[in-house]
Parts: sequence; C-alpha cells; structure tokens
Amino acid sequence: MATLHIQSLTLEVAKKTLCRDLNLQIQQNESWCLLGRNGAGKTTLLHSLIKQRVIDEGSVLLDGTDIADLKQRELARKIGILFQQGIEALPATVFETVMLGRHPHLQSLLLDNEKDIEIAEQALAVFELDSLKARPVDTLSGGELQRLALALLLAQAPEIFLLDEPSNHLDVAFQIKLLTVLTDKVREASASLIMATHDINLASRFCDNIILLLEGGEALVGKCSDVLTEENLSKAYGCPIQSVHSGEHRLFYPA
Amino acid sequence: MISNKQILLLTSLLIFSAASILFSLLSGSVDITLAEIAGSILSAETNLNSQVLHQIRIPRIQAAFVTGGLLALSGAIMQVLLRNPLADPYILGISGGAAVGALSAILLGASGFWLSNAAFAGALFSIFLVFGIANKFGDWSVTRLLLTGVVVSAGWGAVINILLTTSSTNNVQSMLFWLMGDLSQSRVNLAHYLLLIAGLAGGLLLSRSLNVFIRGELLAVSLGVNVQALRLLLFFSASVFTATAVTIAGSVGFVGLIVPHMLRLLGARDHRFLIPSCILLGGSFLVLADSLARTIVAPQQLPVGVVTAVIGVPAFILILRSTIRK
Repeated sequence: MATLHIQSLTLEVAKKTLCRDLNLQIQQNESWCLLGRNGAGKTTLLHSLIKQRVIDEGSVLLDGTDIADLKQRELARKIGILFQQGIEALPATVFETVMLGRHPHLQSLLLDNEKDIEIAEQALAVFELDSLKARPVDTLSGGELQRLALALLLAQAPEIFLLDEPSNHLDVAFQIKLLTVLTDKVREASASLIMATHDINLASRFCDNIILLLEGGEALVGKCSDVLTEENLSKAYGCPIQSVHSGEHRLFYPA
Repeated sequence: MISNKQILLLTSLLIFSAASILFSLLSGSVDITLAEIAGSILSAETNLNSQVLHQIRIPRIQAAFVTGGLLALSGAIMQVLLRNPLADPYILGISGGAAVGALSAILLGASGFWLSNAAFAGALFSIFLVFGIANKFGDWSVTRLLLTGVVVSAGWGAVINILLTTSSTNNVQSMLFWLMGDLSQSRVNLAHYLLLIAGLAGGLLLSRSLNVFIRGELLAVSLGVNVQALRLLLFFSASVFTATAVTIAGSVGFVGLIVPHMLRLLGARDHRFLIPSCILLGGSFLVLADSLARTIVAPQQLPVGVVTAVIGVPAFILILRSTIRK
C-alpha cells in the first residue's frame, strides 16, 4: 500500500505563498484532515498531489518515486480525488458515470470487463445508488450527485483518497453515514485519506492527523489530539474558537 | 455497457449506408437498372451504362462517403475538444483558409489538381496560424483556442468577400459552388480511404479517454488521462480531417455539425459507438444528399452543401422534438 511523502513543498498562487516548506509523510491506514481559512490553499495542495497543478518547490514522493516522473495513469491508480465542484450534470447515466472510475485500470479496448462492471455496481450499492443506475445524471439532486462522485471514487479504488469538501450538499445524517462508510472502506482496503473541509467537528471525528494551514504559508502538522486545540484553531481562522466535551466527542464552536 | 439499443443503432446505420449507396447508384440522368449494376460490376463488359457507373457515379459516391465521414468525425472531435455544442469542423477557420486558397486558385484560372492543392495549403496555413496564436503564451486554454479560431475565421471571411466582389461573373459562379460544397469534380484515392480508416481506428483507441474527457478536464486528469497530449492530438487530427474533406469537396456545411448531435440524441453518447456511427451516418448522409443534388433539378446540378441543409434541418428538428417528448 502506498505511502505519500511530501518534501519541502512550496505552493504559490498569484505571488501569494500558500504553503512554505511543508513536510509530512502519510502512511497506509492513516486519515488526515486539511483545515484552513478560505483561500488558505487546501484545494491547491490537493490538486498538486495529482499533478493538476505545478509544484513551485519541493517534491512529492509516492512510494519513493517522484510523482513528476509518474504517468498520469499510473498516478490515478494510486491516488483518487473527490473534487469540490463534484460531477458535471450531463445527460449520461449513473452507471456510465460510475464506470469512468475504472478508467485508470487496464480495461479492454471496446467491451467492458465483467470485473469492472462488478466493482462499479458494488460502489453504487455502497452509496445506495443501485436503484438509480439507469437515471440520467442531469436529473439527480445535489446530494445524489455527491454520492455518485463518491461512488466513482470508490470504483477507482485508489490507495490514497483525497476528498475536497466531501460533506458538500449532504444533510447531517448523510454526512455522518457517508463518511463512516468511506472511512470504513478506506480502512478495509488499508488505504489512506486526506480530507479538506470547513467542518472542524467532522474532521476531528473522522481523522487522526491534521494539516492546519495558517496565514502566510505556515502549517501545523501532527496528531489531531496535539494540534487541534482552541488556541491553534483561533490562530488559523483568525476568530476565537472554543470547545466543549460531549460524551466521547469534543465539539468546537466560534465563541 | 453495450446495450441492445446501441447495437440496433449501429446495425441500422450499416443498412442505411448500404441503402444510400444503392439509391445513389440508381439515380441520375441515365436510367440504369439493378441488373445492369450487378452486371457491370461482375463483368468487364464496357457499354455506355457501365461507363457512367464506373466513371461518374461510383467515384462520386466514394468521394461523398469519405468526405461526409471525415466531416462528421471532425465535428464530433471539435465538439469534445472545445466543449461547445455549436462547434463544427469549420469553427477554427480551417475552411476559411482553404476557401481563400481555392478562390485564389480559381481567380488565377487553376482547376483540378492545383485547386485542390491550393485549398489544402490554405487549410494547413490556417491550422498553424490558429495554433500558433493560441499557443503563444505556453498554456493554450480551450477558450483561447476557440476565440482565436473564430477571429481568424472572420478574417478569412473578409478576404473571401473581397475575392468574390472583385472577380468576374464566371469565376464567381465556380467560387460559390466551391464555397457551398460541390462533389461534381471530386475524386478520392487510396490515401483518403486510409485517412478515414486511421480516423476510425484512432477514434476507437481514444474512445474511452474521450468519454472521460467530455465529463470535464479536472475529472479526466484525476482518472489518468494525459489531457495536454489528448487536446493536441484532437486538435491536429480534427484539423487534418477537415482540411482533407474541404480539399475533396469544398466547404460542405452542416454535416459536421448535426450528424454528431443527431447520433447523441439517438443514444450514441459513448464514443465507442459515436465514432463509428459518425463515419457511417456522415458518409451515407452526404451520399444521399449528393444523389439529390444531381437529380432534383437535372440536367442542372445543385451544390451538395445546399441539399445537406435542406434535408438536414428538418431531419434534425424532428429528432430533437421526438427526444424531448420522452
């Protein structure tokens, strides 16, 4: 299973430094959350990991190989991403869409493999979309589209899951349910996960490790138990944040 | 997944292609029967009718089919590349460049070989002009490519108008036929067939990547498609198909725009079906249109480009209506 090694990574957008000299290592079975203010660079960081964006300095190693030296297709077998914008609503069916997830893997040229069909169907079932299989994507609701995007990612079966705002468009019940299902699947497959989100409580509930992006390109990296504190969060978001304990969870809220 | 609907569609298109070719063999100012067609293809006997078949109708059908196939294929590719349903083979100014080449050749009194070469040279020049300008700053975005193409196209339009307004009446007649698309002088050779076959094979090889690409560039990157390389390949292949088609027949309108749309409306969204379907329907549509072009007002001939619009517009509206009702 894959390890991701981010070495002295520097990312800049329009001369603004989003992260400077970021170092961290992500092992299998680890779940990371990525927090920071709007425009702090969460999406940019995720995009740089799939070569959608140029890395200004530093390098990203996937199992010891610089991703710059990997073909896009090889990369896509190991790293999958859920985009913030989700899936475009076009008149293609739900099943056709989830089958796209199999693209990075060896497929026969014209006919679909039984195995790929089976994986795609399982992914649909996980997110309770099996009854919508034949529906055109442009007739789905926002929440259904988001579940479809997650099913597509599951069908891709990467070893590292990057999630950009996975709770977008989902009601509270679905947020918890889908993230539980997804983190279970990730654990089952001995994969790892990085989740960019604005929901601190969702992050602290589902992730053990954190990258907290601060103003000016600094970042705090470590265990949630160490880094996820009122003081650090207040600094990162530039507004006072407090917490309360409720049962086994700790809940954060703006003071 | 392959659905029965898609197999049915592909089979119907094969039958439609065969029927359009047969119809075209049978239509014309000289009456030739089915038996005579079979006879003249099977035996080496040369009479007047077999000469009409071998020297006029068959070459013209071949030219129509290859041109229509190339145009529809190019249109489908341009629509994916530019992510724009209004895209057609001519949107990036290739036909404009070819037209300026061809019209200049007509003005200088050239025809046949030199006319074709001038058109092809004009098309190539336009391809590199558009690509060069759009590519100037390194990363060529689709929007910049589209805008550059439309502007260059408008520029060619102005030059075409200058040539038309300053030419003699005789020349203007030939120029208008070229501009509307005309198959009466068209001949294809082995190279044209090979290009069409290469287009089919290449299109099928890339069809899965196209299926991903049309769903958005970000998604395509994340699913392992080399988007930069794919875009370049699509741009240059569609350009070469268009340049070749206009060199054969002038700028026949409409085929490249509506054939891919018709097929998508009929359910061939998956490029594994859309690519072969485009070649079949584009080819047979132009064969049919050309048979009408040379018979409707016989012994006069219409430019085939007029006929493609006359039968294409109502056919497209009918299909659009019937799919909306569902």
